[in-house]
Amino acid sequence: MADGTSIFADAALEDLVACPECDAIYRAADVPSGARAVCSRCHTVLIAPRQRAGMAIISLALAAIVLVVGALWFPFLRIDARGLWQEASLWDVATSFPDGPLLFVSVAVTAAILVLPLLRAALILYTLVPVVFDRPPRPQARRAFAWSERLRPWSMAEVFAIGCAVSLVKIADLATVSLGPAFWMFAALVVVTVAQDQLVCRWSVWRSITRA
Amino acid sequence: MGTATCGRCGSRLVSRDPKSLGRAWAWWLAGVLAYIPANLWPMLRTRTLWQEESSTIIGGALELWRYGNMGISVIILVASVGIPLAKFFAIAYLALSARNGARASPGVRMRLYEVVEYIGRWSMIDVFVVAILASLVQLNVVARIDPGPASLAFALSVIFTMLSAQAFDPRMIWDGIEAEARPPRDAPSA
Repeated sequence: MADGTSIFADAALEDLVACPECDAIYRAADVPSGARAVCSRCHTVLIAPRQRAGMAIISLALAAIVLVVGALWFPFLRIDARGLWQEASLWDVATSFPDGPLLFVSVAVTAAILVLPLLRAALILYTLVPVVFDRPPRPQARRAFAWSERLRPWSMAEVFAIGCAVSLVKIADLATVSLGPAFWMFAALVVVTVAQDQLVCRWSVWRSITRA
Repeated sequence: MGTATCGRCGSRLVSRDPKSLGRAWAWWLAGVLAYIPANLWPMLRTRTLWQEESSTIIGGALELWRYGNMGISVIILVASVGIPLAKFFAIAYLALSARNGARASPGVRMRLYEVVEYIGRWSMIDVFVVAILASLVQLNVVARIDPGPASLAFALSVIFTMLSAQAFDPRMIWDGIEAEARPPRDAPSA
C-alpha cells in the first residue's frame, strides 16, 4: 500500500505518486504483481501491476486491429422479410446518416466504433512494443500514451454492442435477422478492448517509458 | 514553481484551473440546449406500404412498451432519458457545491463524479440503434427506416455533456477538507 501521512520533503520526485482524482500525495511503494495500491481518500486505483502484462496487452492490441479490419470486410447483419433481403456491413452502419447536418453523426459513429478503437490499439503498440522487448522507448511514446488515455472515453465499442442487442430485438418483430461473421468479430473486439483496459497499469507504463 | 509542464507526459500543469468551472458550465448549457430538440424532433422515420410515421425518443420507447418489449423499452428510457437528466443535475450539483460547499461529504461527491463520468457514454446507445436500423431496414417500398434530425441533436447533447464532465476538475471536491482540518484559530470566520 502507498503510505499517506509522511512528510515528503526528503523523497525523490519519481518515488511520489499523486492521486489523479483528488490530489492526495503518496510515497509509491513496490506493489507486488496482482496487488493494487488504492488512494485511501477516494479509492481510485493508483498502481496495479500484473505479471507479463506487457506481452498480453500487445497481443490484445494486435487482436483488436485484426478484428476491426476484419469486421469491415465481412457482412455484419442481414434481414429477410417477405422475400426481400438487405445486408449491412459495419461500414454501412457507421455511415447510415445521409448528407447534410446528419453527416456529423456518421462521422461521430465511425470515430466511436471504428477509428478510435483502431487508433488506440496502434498507439498502445507504438508505446509498449519497444519497452516490452527491452529497447529504448520511441521518441513520441509519452505523447502517444497520453493520447491513448485521452481518447479512452470516446472509444465506444462496448456501448455499440448494447446498441446492437437493442436493435436486434426491435427488428425481430419485423424481419428475420441473421448475424454475419463481422458481428462475431465485433463481439470479440468488445471483449478484447475491455480486457486490455483492465490490464494496463498506467503508473507502470508511465514509469517504463520515462526511465530511459 | 519552475516549469509549468509535466516532465512525464508534457501536459500543462495547473494547481487548480480557474476556468475549469466556467468551461464545465458552458458545455453543460450546450448539452441542455441540444437535449431539448433531441426530444422534440423525430429520431426515426418509419415508412411501410401502408403508412409513414415519425417517432421521438420517448415515443419510440413507449411504442416498444406497448408491443410487449418492456425490457428494451426500459433500456432505451434509462439510457436516453434517465442518464442524460441525471447527468445534468449531477454536474450542476457538483459545480455549485465546488464553489459554495455542500452538506454531502467529499467522498460521496467523488463517488457521484465517478458515476457521472462512467455512465455518460452509455447514452450513445440510442444513436447506435438508429444507425443500425437505418442501415438495415431499407427494403424498398415495403419497409424503410431513416434517421431523423433528433439523432444529431441527441449525439451532440451526449458529447457536450461528456465534455462538461471532463472539464470539471474533481480535485475541487477535495479542496475544502484541508480548511476544515485546520485548528480553529486558523479557520476562516465565515
